[in-house]
Amino acid sequence: MAFAVLAVLRRTCASLTGAMGFIVVALVAILAVFAPLIAMHDPDRLDVLNRFAAPSAEHWLGTDHLGRDLCSRLVHGARVAMGVAVTAIAIAMAVGTMLGILAAYITAQAERVVLIVFDVISSFPSLVLALAVVAVFGPSTLIVVVIVTVTLIPHFGRVARAQVLALRSAPFLEAERILGASGTRMVFSHIVPNILGPLLVLASMDIPVVITIEAGLSFLGLGVRPPLASWGTLIQDGYQFLSDSWIPVLVSSAALAVATLGFTLFGEALRDAVDPRLYREH
Amino acid sequence: MPAARIMNSETARYLASRLVTTVLIVFGAMLLLFTLTTLVPGDPAATLLGPQATPELARRFVHDMGLDQPLHVRLWRFFAAVLAGNLGVDIISGRSVVSIIAAVMPYTLILTFSAIGLAVATGLPLGIYAATHRGSVMDNVLAFVSVAFIAVPSFVIAIFLLLIFAIWLGWLPVLGTSRSGAFLDEFKRMILPTVALAAGWIGFIARLVRASMLEVMGEPYIRTARAYGLSERIVTYKYALKNACIPTLAILGLGIGRLLGGAVLVEIVFARPGIGRLLYDAIAERNYPVVQGTVLVTVILFVLVNLLVDLSYSAIDPRIRREAISSAKAA
Repeated sequence: MAFAVLAVLRRTCASLTGAMGFIVVALVAILAVFAPLIAMHDPDRLDVLNRFAAPSAEHWLGTDHLGRDLCSRLVHGARVAMGVAVTAIAIAMAVGTMLGILAAYITAQAERVVLIVFDVISSFPSLVLALAVVAVFGPSTLIVVVIVTVTLIPHFGRVARAQVLALRSAPFLEAERILGASGTRMVFSHIVPNILGPLLVLASMDIPVVITIEAGLSFLGLGVRPPLASWGTLIQDGYQFLSDSWIPVLVSSAALAVATLGFTLFGEALRDAVDPRLYREH
Repeated sequence: MPAARIMNSETARYLASRLVTTVLIVFGAMLLLFTLTTLVPGDPAATLLGPQATPELARRFVHDMGLDQPLHVRLWRFFAAVLAGNLGVDIISGRSVVSIIAAVMPYTLILTFSAIGLAVATGLPLGIYAATHRGSVMDNVLAFVSVAFIAVPSFVIAIFLLLIFAIWLGWLPVLGTSRSGAFLDEFKRMILPTVALAAGWIGFIARLVRASMLEVMGEPYIRTARAYGLSERIVTYKYALKNACIPTLAILGLGIGRLLGGAVLVEIVFARPGIGRLLYDAIAERNYPVVQGTVLVTVILFVLVNLLVDLSYSAIDPRIRREAISSAKAA
């Protein structure tokens, strides 16, 4: 298992773009996990006398409109982005996969209902839907996670269902069934391990999408609440004080751009390394 | 049964199933919006009228809005009103929501359509060039630029454009629309928002056209055309391009949601009027009827465009329709 993972990773990094993506992904992951150790300053400490300070040895990227250390805030922003992405995708993957497996095994009528629900969810313009929900409940990180999770469930559900349909008549499953294996055993010991690969690739390709939605909502002031440092709120803060200094906007937008690009490059290289034909329809 | 009869009944069934899904989606959206407004935390009268509202005023407000009716009556009234084309009244200005949306809609539509136009006009030639020069340095550069355009959120591209062209170079006026309605001024103000919104689509279309061109170029009918001695130009543009364009059409439909979402953010970055700005301001003012109306109109627009694209797609390439039917039967 570990060997197979390493082999896929090596193939993923074989191309230049895949290797670039991997470096960005690894960097963002390290920043997210070790944010408090890496950041040189408290990201929320105000120093109003020192606002819009130019980059220096003390503040590598300068300070924002309240004198907070921009570099430390960017590092903590990685934590928010990854936290939202990993939580939402993990839940969506678990729920979507279960629904997809269920859809492949239940009656044709029930299956059609599940598929229509998937269609209805993916037919909503998700950002606009998110705005409607935020209008009612007010902005919060939880709302962002819930909305993203709901919009991603059909992604995983459809792929899981297609995988199960392809797998269903495989000889080893037939054999298990004849031996009298229980439904739970079939699903968790045989089906899930066999369809996990494609689902994980899908998950990696969804990470930049989630980061974009979170940052977009936070940029509008409708996502993560200040003073918590999200890349979206950092861009918003910088944008409001654009006439004082363009450095905060530039560095926070650049961080978001590099992260989304890196994750996309990595996800695509990973997909090509596993099996490019699987995802052509999506 | 004659083949034509089969086609017709299949077409009819496909059309019917698409229409049913579309209606379901719109009703689902209405139900969701209704549920959301009933979930508004706190007393709506107190929220909307402010702390100075007298009890009588609050009571009259609740009665006027029909909030003292039982839930099923309110749901029924909401559906009846929407189907009659009545989206309610702006609680602040008292104007009808439909007329407010109609007033700002052209701005968003013009921005969206110019972005689509720019994306097709740029993405299509880039994709053809990459496909006909496969493996060249330029092909690799284009592949990277396409991913970058797709991956980086449009509001971030908008901010970069704003920094470069308006702040550092000072070439273009950026914020807002032209008040006087002067065409040239308005045109200049449209450039950056259009480019920001189109960028992702340029990448999408270039990649897609390249991939489908390469696929089509390997087909036997292209080999036959070459064997007949047709010039490479005619083979590429007349035979290959036509079939390679079909997936592009599908992407236009699928991407419209992304585009509408992007338009909201781009409108806000460039302080332009439009649906996005309207929705954003309505959320800030807790102006629920406007939020409700705007979201509903956006969803309907989105679903209708999807339906249109889907139907024209299956009219161009009947295989899609048959695939859809066979997969529906298999399900």
